[in-house]
Amino acid sequence: MGMAGAFLVLTALAIAILAPMLSPYSPSEVIRDEEGRGMTFASPTIHPPLGTDDAGRDVATQLVYGARISMTVGFTAGLIAMFVGSLFGISAGYFGGRIDNLLMRTTDVLLVIPDLPLMIILVATLRNLELHISPLVVLILVIGLLYWTSTARLIRSQVLTIKERQFVARARAIGAGHFHIIRKHILPQIMPLIVANTVLILSTAILVESGLAFLGLGDPTQPSWGTMLNFAFNRNAISNGAWWFYLPPGLAIVWVTLGCVLLGNVLEEMLNPRLTMHHLEDESRMVAVREGQPRG
Amino acid sequence: MERRAYLARKLLLALITILVVVTINFVLFRVLPGDPVRSVIGRNVRISIETQMALREQFGLDKPVFPDQFLYTLGQWLRGNLGISWSLRRPVTEVLVAKLGNTLILIGLGQVLSIIFGVALGLVAGWKRKTAIDVAALTFSLIAWATPTFWLGIILLVAGSSWLGLPTGGILSPANVGKPLYTVLPDLARHLVLPTLTLTILYLGEYMLIMRSSILEVLSEDYILTAKAKGLSHWQVLRRHALKNAMLPIVTLIALNLGFTVSGAIYIETVFSYDGLGKLFQTALVKHDFPLLQGAFLLLAVSVIIANLLADILYAYLDPRVKAS
Repeated sequence: MGMAGAFLVLTALAIAILAPMLSPYSPSEVIRDEEGRGMTFASPTIHPPLGTDDAGRDVATQLVYGARISMTVGFTAGLIAMFVGSLFGISAGYFGGRIDNLLMRTTDVLLVIPDLPLMIILVATLRNLELHISPLVVLILVIGLLYWTSTARLIRSQVLTIKERQFVARARAIGAGHFHIIRKHILPQIMPLIVANTVLILSTAILVESGLAFLGLGDPTQPSWGTMLNFAFNRNAISNGAWWFYLPPGLAIVWVTLGCVLLGNVLEEMLNPRLTMHHLEDESRMVAVREGQPRG
Repeated sequence: MERRAYLARKLLLALITILVVVTINFVLFRVLPGDPVRSVIGRNVRISIETQMALREQFGLDKPVFPDQFLYTLGQWLRGNLGISWSLRRPVTEVLVAKLGNTLILIGLGQVLSIIFGVALGLVAGWKRKTAIDVAALTFSLIAWATPTFWLGIILLVAGSSWLGLPTGGILSPANVGKPLYTVLPDLARHLVLPTLTLTILYLGEYMLIMRSSILEVLSEDYILTAKAKGLSHWQVLRRHALKNAMLPIVTLIALNLGFTVSGAIYIETVFSYDGLGKLFQTALVKHDFPLLQGAFLLLAVSVIIANLLADILYAYLDPRVKAS
């Protein structure tokens, strides 16, 4: 499972990095036939391997370049979420008191507000302000700064238990400062948890990016997989039967998110072994029941 | 925990959350370029300078932003006045109310179906842990989780319309618009099949996972061993001792899931051009209709917050660990 997850993620990463080497075209280049006309909605049999889109651009090329955009946005947003979540989680768990209270109430509030509508109005407003930030940076910031809460809660609860252990008490007794204790004694203990959680957050970030891009909040000049699906949906790929335009980007998203989830779940299970057996797992009754005997 | 203290805390949290939502909405409303008067009276209405000044005064725009303008806006929202939609030139509240019913039908159907199938599947998967049925259920929920909602919708739309001849969008065939409701019910149902199916597949996986882990936890409790030691069959143990306790987390999940369901409705209604709040939200986004966008956000967020509060209240009465005073 973990190997499969790692395989999915690594192949996607390799494709994103090697994009210019994998395709002879540029993502915005129009493919033309012998008479110089743009080939729109050419099927994979006419133009292998994945045909062309509504404007005659090569779908396979857009797919490999889209990997760069989708994964850059997803990974950066995921890392921001991890960083903010860890910072908040560690300080809340370690210092307790007011910071802890603030964290718990903030997450309580954020948990209940429906996230997609909130992100949509945030992104829409920020883009309308003419701040001259790239639409992709807006996406990264909004996703990164909204998805840190689960990480923060998880890390807080871990830090709370580690804080009470003897080695922390001893370090404090010999006069170690807060920063030293966190860096030398607490961080190494929770690092594996942070890594596992980050991998899971990455999958969410990539999924959310694809959704916002599908709704038209991506950067049309730098199309991610979600933007490709937005183009396919709004430019009649479905009524033209151009399955080669709308199937591959979706499969690519499933590929990466599934990879992250498999990897993250395996890492989490290794760190956090749960129950191994329950009472109804063996087939037999515990007491033989004869006919007519009262039950219950 | 005492029930009254628990409820008071939840009520306070709901109020604070609503206040946060309102503040976000107000701030976003004010940082937008352009005159706020425009969002109240509509963008393309011609008015004289005098009328504009009079309106500015009437809406308190000559006063400080905080607290005067904030409180004024809050008062307007409380009265259900959410401004005028720029693209539709009608009051936002009126537009929202007209679409609410369609979305509630879709969300309601999707939720009920996914809860029924999700709970049943999760129960069996947890009980028959590590068997083929459990592995299949887990694989399904993983893939369902990793699939983008809108893409699943597109796939089902293509498959359903070409193989089953189901309609690709809208809520009624054009020929049936305006006819009395009872005569068009079959057509309405045909239009609901694909969107509901998408929503169900999407949320089924999550209910299944929660039910599975919940039943696993309950089944490793000592009272299950006691029940089994009395000579009860597996089915009897599940029905009499495990099911009720395992269902408890589902109640909270239903409410928390409403937020996700709203997201799902936005994607699904967009893909199927289903005439509800989600489609409205997406149209407002495309047309940069900010009053409509913010009104819809306010309505969606406040409904989800209130639904959560109701679930918490329900939970307090279902879970005997939250004691009556």
